[in-house]
Amino acid sequence: MDLPHQGYRATKPRARAAPPTADSVLFDDTSSAAPAMNSQGYYTPGYNMAGPSNDMQGGAGPNNLFADPMANAAMMYGSSLANQGKDIVNKEISRFMSINKLKYFFAVDTRYVMKKLMILMFPYTHQDWEVRYHRDTPLTPRQDVNAPDLYIPTMAFITYILLAGMALGIQKRFSPEVLGLCASTALVWVIIEVLVMLLSLYLLTVHSDLSTFDLIAYSGYKYVGMIFTVLCGLLFGSDGYYVGLAWSSCALMFFIVRSLKMKIIPSLSTDTMGTGSSTKPQFRLYITVVTAVFQPIIIYWLTSHLVR
Amino acid sequence: MAFTLYSLIQTAILCINAVAVLHEERFLSKFGWGVDQGVGGFGDDPGVKAQILTLIRSVRTVMRVPLIIVNAACIVLLLLFG
Repeated sequence: MDLPHQGYRATKPRARAAPPTADSVLFDDTSSAAPAMNSQGYYTPGYNMAGPSNDMQGGAGPNNLFADPMANAAMMYGSSLANQGKDIVNKEISRFMSINKLKYFFAVDTRYVMKKLMILMFPYTHQDWEVRYHRDTPLTPRQDVNAPDLYIPTMAFITYILLAGMALGIQKRFSPEVLGLCASTALVWVIIEVLVMLLSLYLLTVHSDLSTFDLIAYSGYKYVGMIFTVLCGLLFGSDGYYVGLAWSSCALMFFIVRSLKMKIIPSLSTDTMGTGSSTKPQFRLYITVVTAVFQPIIIYWLTSHLVR
Repeated sequence: MAFTLYSLIQTAILCINAVAVLHEERFLSKFGWGVDQGVGGFGDDPGVKAQILTLIRSVRTVMRVPLIIVNAACIVLLLLFG
């Protein structure tokens, strides 16, 4: 399925801005500069005060934590063993899913999260829904507000579970098992939705560049709507619940249709497959619309028992 | 409808078992869904039926051995723990 991807992506419009390479903006590691100075500052007074007694112990250097060379060797052996174990674990995990691809989805910053939450709750004024690319690799969420991320869905899922526990506690129906049940129910619905989307995209041979993680991200954005709905229901009672449900359903449907339309339904001018695919374009529209309509149903299903 | 993770695993095993028992000659050929009736178009966009047949055949080929192991484990566990 790789060749159609290349042909499809090469004709996408490019962004004007030329950002730095994706590798360098994924993580700015600021932790390497600080501890070096701290450790040097820490060791020298220790040396000065314990100077005379250190000279008695086998001529060990001033920077050794243990004066006993055997313990030192054991510590180094243990750390090399731990490094080997870490390498083995990384190799095994990277056989199932690529860690770099996952890191792309978590490269977010505060500005992106704020703008994305605004778009999720009020998408009607957002103009440009196109995901920008930089030489065939998609831009990280830090640089492009349209890129999907996994940080917001994860945090929203955890917040939803806590909020569900609080809502049940207010109604005096709380027990710890209910929390786990709520969490696993929501997780199972996400898995079912992602599997149905993948199956329908495969069966209708829609060659889009939506990976599994993209689908999990788009499917997880509904938790933000759920949190808003439950909060409205808790603060304003049953009427507030239905108003919040209507508002977040409309916003979420609009958001899903506009976002997925760019990826699933290619425009005719960029279709490089000659006479076009045998899949009628209305099937792709059906997929997008059914996904959008499914969101309010599942929001109602998962939150109505919390607000009576 | 409260789902636990255990019910998800049960559902997955049952569905894959259901796909794995569809026999080519005895069953699928009667509906016109056999091995030789799937490959129609040579373009890069086979139809829905060809995709479903490919999916069924690949699931049966890939999951045959792991299913034996998983089903045996399930039988033992259900016998022991009910």
